[in-house]
Amino acid sequence: MEKNDTVTNIFLSGVGGQGTILASNILAEVFLNAGHDVKKAEVHGMAQRGGDVTTHFRFGKKVYSPLIKEGEVDYLLSFELLEAGRYINWVKPEGKIIINRQTIFPPAVSLGQVEYPNDIEATFKKYFKNNVSIINGQEMARNLGNIQAANVILVGAFSNFFPEIKDSQWQDAIKELLAPKLHDLNIKAFHEGKKLLQ
Amino acid sequence: MKKKIMQGNEAIARGAWEAGVTIGCAYPGTPSSEIMAEISKFKEIYTEWAPNEKIAVEVAHGASLAGGRAIACMKHVGLNVAADPLMTIAYTGVKGGFVIVVADDPGQHSSQNEQDSRNWTRFGKIPMIEPADSQECMDYTKIAFDISERFDTPVLLRTETRVSHCDSPVEFGERKESKMKKGLDQKDTPKYVMVPMYARPKRAALEEKFKKIGEYADTEFPFNTMEINDPSIGFISSGVSYLYTKDVFPRYSFLKLGMSWPLPKKMIAEFFKKVKKVIVVEELDPFFETEIKAMGFKVWHGKDLIPAFGELTPAIIERSLAKAVTGKSFKAPMVRIKPEDLPRRPPNLCAGCSHRPLFYALKKLGLFVFGDIGCYALAVAPPLSAMHASTCMGAGIGGAYGAGKVLGKEGLGKICAVLGDSTFLHSGIGPLMDAVYNKGYSTTLILDNRITAMTGQQETAGTGFTIKGEPTTMVNYEQIVKAIGVKHIVKVNPYNIKETMEAIKKEVNRDDASVIITIDSPCMLLRREKPLEKFKNPLFAIDMDKCRGCKVCLEINCPAISWQAGEGVTKDGHKRKGMAFINKDQCVGCEVCTQVCKFEAIAPATK
Repeated sequence: MEKNDTVTNIFLSGVGGQGTILASNILAEVFLNAGHDVKKAEVHGMAQRGGDVTTHFRFGKKVYSPLIKEGEVDYLLSFELLEAGRYINWVKPEGKIIINRQTIFPPAVSLGQVEYPNDIEATFKKYFKNNVSIINGQEMARNLGNIQAANVILVGAFSNFFPEIKDSQWQDAIKELLAPKLHDLNIKAFHEGKKLLQ
Repeated sequence: MKKKIMQGNEAIARGAWEAGVTIGCAYPGTPSSEIMAEISKFKEIYTEWAPNEKIAVEVAHGASLAGGRAIACMKHVGLNVAADPLMTIAYTGVKGGFVIVVADDPGQHSSQNEQDSRNWTRFGKIPMIEPADSQECMDYTKIAFDISERFDTPVLLRTETRVSHCDSPVEFGERKESKMKKGLDQKDTPKYVMVPMYARPKRAALEEKFKKIGEYADTEFPFNTMEINDPSIGFISSGVSYLYTKDVFPRYSFLKLGMSWPLPKKMIAEFFKKVKKVIVVEELDPFFETEIKAMGFKVWHGKDLIPAFGELTPAIIERSLAKAVTGKSFKAPMVRIKPEDLPRRPPNLCAGCSHRPLFYALKKLGLFVFGDIGCYALAVAPPLSAMHASTCMGAGIGGAYGAGKVLGKEGLGKICAVLGDSTFLHSGIGPLMDAVYNKGYSTTLILDNRITAMTGQQETAGTGFTIKGEPTTMVNYEQIVKAIGVKHIVKVNPYNIKETMEAIKKEVNRDDASVIITIDSPCMLLRREKPLEKFKNPLFAIDMDKCRGCKVCLEINCPAISWQAGEGVTKDGHKRKGMAFINKDQCVGCEVCTQVCKFEAIAPATK
């Protein structure tokens, strides 16, 4: 099958309320301003009520489809362990993965009907070895004074994959998309995240 | 010029503004809701949330007849509601350009059914255009108004979830005010009054009009485009399906249809001459395929290989067509975890939501609940499992009343209808009138959470604010219901489960119609109403000394409460196999769980 190698595929997954949409908006802003064509797809509506949330983000010279094909994800950025596991099959064998080590129980687990899967980290390690980074975004964000900033910590860690993009470009996007009173916190969160993978 | 990333819906709004639109009307519905919310930010455009889609189309049509450019927006099922005026507006035509946006939801991400709105265009003799990405959303919206005025017709602009809710770069233009003269002229009566005498000639004229639009589609419309690359295979497609196909099979030839109806017949004929074999790729119905075959062309593949329901994706297109196009079978990606082995994460009512205690009460009473469209449809899921029928906006009231007519005395005390405030205003008043007028015994619960919640907090005639946030009149539900003739009207605070159950029990056992309206129960996401402030204590916790692990508190399906296995014993010596746990980040202190716990094991705590 023909491969469209000029397009980079980034998949974000998490739970409604974790800030995946803001994270993907930052990516879109950064890669557009860096001169790429970009497309981003997410489902709104019911998903906001604590359901799983996914974003397909693609950039390159010319991007047609807003959706990524299963098995073609270059980078998986997950905000919750189970929601990372749900999309493990989407990642290319050589794909890179960042996962926030947070667990949010889905209803069946809360009700005591099934157990929260406890082998997701190990499965990722088994298939992707050193290409997986698992970070404690929640804890780091709490130390920064706001657990909401975990998403930007992940973005900071993710930024290491793109050395051609300067820190200032990421910061500009954060400033563009967030209210001024949140700038300092989130720029700090970005840098804390960035340090993690260096 | 600098490009900006925009959602498809935002780009439609921008396009409407640039096209000089003066009025926009909508009822919210996923995936269309953001369009009118965005248009309302432009000061030059009068916008409104109408009570329903039919009214939105009628208001916008009136505005068009007065010479203003008008837009009405809705989701696919909204167009069913608006179909009555729409089908006749095709006859009367317009004065100011009139565009109706209809957003389909293939795959039913957030809808009760799946419809291919392209079918309205042939049925209603109304041209339809179909953008694929955000830039096209803006460009197509602008040209739609020109087409509307030039051919004196309403124009349908169809999107799908992946057009409305995808973001891509858009290059802006400036706003151009319409040159159309404003005003009404009584001489236009034969054009606007569709009595048979005037409607028959308009019907005939519609055929002529459509021929002209067909010629335009073939010769002038700039967004039907042909790309001849490798001519061994040619794809005919539109909208986001085109983008998927182009991504999967970039080297072949394409005919992209920006106008789905009328079809550019000459262009299609030319494409068939230029390529060897044609594959039609379209989401949902074989709309193009059927029409192209009817023109006498041989379609090599289409719905014989591509699914005719559900959402298409690049992967589905590849899986369906790889063998035919490349000769090689599709290779599925490696399975590392079977997705079906992981617990699903369906959406849930928010922590503190007033629907939770209400539906818990209905469940405890064992009623057959005729539900409706809104967040409360989530109550169908276990463990609440407290909704037993739900069809479309406003259908629950008629349903409960109709069922009662069959069951007679046997049904007394067993049935009720439940719907939200916005849904009641949308289409609940008519069926309630029917039930009262025709002596039904149904009980209707109006869950007044002060907003259209599910679609993302849109104002209604019952909230006291317009779309632009200006204070306005507020519907009084009690007075409406009274005026209809309902004799028994009760107000309940749903957070008090015992009182709510008693009130419902009393009303459902009456042999005439009754209405229960919830009070003091605003949507948890509606900041204006400060929903958290009415809870006395912001956090509750499980008392380890008292929790017996009976799991009753889990039945309310609160996202803050979960089960933790592990043997233990209460202070008074009861053994347990586990206990409940309250997540302090999620608990808001609504005290619903404290009312269901039989052992007083849930107590106030500090954050």
